[in-house]
Amino acid sequence: MLNYIIRRVLYAIPILIGVNLITFTLFFVVNTPDDMARMQLGIKRVTPEAIAKWKQERGYDKPLMFSSSDEGFAKLTNTIFFEKSAAMFAFRFGRADDGRDIAYEIKSRMVPSLAIALPVFLLGLGVYIVFALIMVFFRATYVDFWGVVLCVALMSISSLFYIIAGQFLISKLWHLVPISGYGQGLDAAKFLVLPVIIGVISGAGANTRWYRTLFLEEMGKDYVRTARAKGLPESIVLFGHVLRNAMIPILTGAVVVIPLLFLGSLIAESFFGIPGLGSYTIDAINSQDFAVVRAMVFLGSLLYIVGLILTDISYTLVDPRIRLE
Amino acid sequence: MSFKPVILWTDALVYLLVAALILFAWHVRRNEHLWAPWRRVGHSASGMAALTVLVFFVIIGLLDTVHLRPAVENNSGGETAYSVEVLSLFDVIATPLRTQVEKTYSAPFAAYLYARETIEHPGGGQTREFPRLKFGAAHLQDPETQLVTDIAWRAAAGGGLGLFFWCLAVASLALLLARRSGEAFLSMLSAIRRGATAIPWNAACITLALILVMCGAALALCGSYHILGTDKVGQDVFYQSLKSIRTGLVIGTLTTLMMLPFALLLGITAGYFRGWVDDVIQYLYTTLSSIPGVLLIAAAVLMTQVYMETHPELFDTVASRADLRLLFLCIILGVTSWTGLCRLLRGETLKLREMEYIQAAHAFGVSHWRILSRHILPNVMHIVLITTVMDFSGLVLAEAVLSYVGVGVDPSTISFGTMINAARLEMARDPMVWWSLLAAFSFMFALVLSANLFADAVQNAFDPRVKTLSARVGALRRKRREEPEAKSSPTRTEGSLPS
Repeated sequence: MLNYIIRRVLYAIPILIGVNLITFTLFFVVNTPDDMARMQLGIKRVTPEAIAKWKQERGYDKPLMFSSSDEGFAKLTNTIFFEKSAAMFAFRFGRADDGRDIAYEIKSRMVPSLAIALPVFLLGLGVYIVFALIMVFFRATYVDFWGVVLCVALMSISSLFYIIAGQFLISKLWHLVPISGYGQGLDAAKFLVLPVIIGVISGAGANTRWYRTLFLEEMGKDYVRTARAKGLPESIVLFGHVLRNAMIPILTGAVVVIPLLFLGSLIAESFFGIPGLGSYTIDAINSQDFAVVRAMVFLGSLLYIVGLILTDISYTLVDPRIRLE
Repeated sequence: MSFKPVILWTDALVYLLVAALILFAWHVRRNEHLWAPWRRVGHSASGMAALTVLVFFVIIGLLDTVHLRPAVENNSGGETAYSVEVLSLFDVIATPLRTQVEKTYSAPFAAYLYARETIEHPGGGQTREFPRLKFGAAHLQDPETQLVTDIAWRAAAGGGLGLFFWCLAVASLALLLARRSGEAFLSMLSAIRRGATAIPWNAACITLALILVMCGAALALCGSYHILGTDKVGQDVFYQSLKSIRTGLVIGTLTTLMMLPFALLLGITAGYFRGWVDDVIQYLYTTLSSIPGVLLIAAAVLMTQVYMETHPELFDTVASRADLRLLFLCIILGVTSWTGLCRLLRGETLKLREMEYIQAAHAFGVSHWRILSRHILPNVMHIVLITTVMDFSGLVLAEAVLSYVGVGVDPSTISFGTMINAARLEMARDPMVWWSLLAAFSFMFALVLSANLFADAVQNAFDPRVKTLSARVGALRRKRREEPEAKSSPTRTEGSLPS
């Protein structure tokens, strides 16, 4: 087991290097630092000195991949690629355009992001499973049919609509909770209710339908027929046998997103004015702060890979038939 | 009117796609084994209803794809000059909608502007009141009393006309089916009504009736009213909603077109050759898919933005610039989304290459290329098809979100995302400007819902795993339906030709 984990972690390193290479190509090769400087400082009237100063402030005034003027290892290390990429692995993300330390910002913004994403995740998982079970229990009846219709309809509505309609109805019309904002400690709860509810609703259609398919697939298995042949009531077959076995794909599918919860949700956070990582990323995109976007891409990939490793481990924990060798 | 045709990049690709689809349809129609699953798609009532709506959207989208530059009238004679403004065929048809621009917001069917203005009276003195619209309800003397009756009359007339065309369409359909099956026209008509035809024409007919009546009413009204109101700069929202359809369709379809070569080539070769090829390709897609989608798209779009800002000489008109940005968005979405399909194809190919018929082909000395193209590719096509139709609705929805994030289409391109984005800023206004949002969301809902239903029908017909389940449910339903009508003779229609 330990061997396997170590091997998986080692396997993650080349992938992270690949991610870094991709982002580096995107940010520095497709457009040279000169292009970026010109874009940020204005296209028309920009002096070479201003460009040089902009580049120097951000450490972009070095050669891209290979520095021929240096000696020895410095040929490789005194480059933008090495400085900007190697620092990522040590979580040194550098400074944003407004001069703040990115690593510090990320650390302080993770909590609000989690405060929304975690309840949405847990509540959602419970609600979707319950609804899917109800639909499966009443399968091939009108409950099931209209349930599927409702799911498809919910799936077809833009997530923006849920947010806008929710803000309008609950906050503006009924004045139940504030439209947007964030507070400290328990005070934050009243700001979080609406985004969490909307988050659960906007994922309801697709997920409930998916879980229903999983349950139905499980219902067709031989052990279910055996259980019924023994004369067990349908409810015990469903909750005792099918639910437990169908939980394997559901749980392992859910594990992969757990680390990504730290990143928060781009749309919800910016609509509700929550100072998490999602709104941080959106602000960076809108103000074209390349350093922040690059840091978030790296962090996102890292968390995703952690999620994949956790998924593999969770398989062995919930399904004893699977052995990792 | 003289004009010069313009083919933008996305137009060319859409034409290519249409040509490929026609070729594909022709090929499928000639091969019974390929045609059989499509016939199953045709047997799904919700699928047929969804297809009717989709066809309607596609017609609007295609009309909006044919671009041209109209000639500008000049008095000096000599050569004709062409306008810098690129119009589409749809723009030309909808000229009244496009040109009847008010000053600012106005509500749907309003006769007055949404904002007060100071009006100088000729006798001196000024008042602040809501001025009449320039075009909306401008033909009415006294809007307060006449508005409702006028709208009702026009809507009824337009709806009636739509109903008339619907009757024509249904009659010609029944005539066609009756001639094919050699049955009487009236019995065919009643078979359609009862849903006793193999292809559920009644579902398609009901949807068509709804579409035609709504279209008729909208057409009758939109000349003299802004039926969905106007936006901040006075543009008609109905016109914008119709224009957005093309953007949504282009993103949904062209992205797939961009993604397919990567996914097919890499997925099949990885599964077939195994070894180091497989390792390299697996590494490639694991790396790419481990970057969170939105972030990768955002980074890529940011970089194309920088590229386009620093190379303005590449684009001659505003339209071609906006169009290229749309194309770039499709390419980026395609490049970032091929990994899922690639993984599926690799898995399926791994399974297929161990099958006896492939081994037999090996034994006969068939070349790798021929095995890949003749024996493996046709057998993974159902996965490709299911994934493409399933992805379509997600891409239409993603466009709106990306435009909100600021990495979507060009702000000058009319799309659901840009409409929502512009209207969102008016949320805080009191009283609220709701019509833009509602129009964008309802059009998007109609498009995505029909795409989802159609995708379901396609999946049910093509996915071998789903087949048993849906067949059982279908048989149940058929049994229930047939019980009361057991006496009526089974009608043979186009769908149930002996195979």
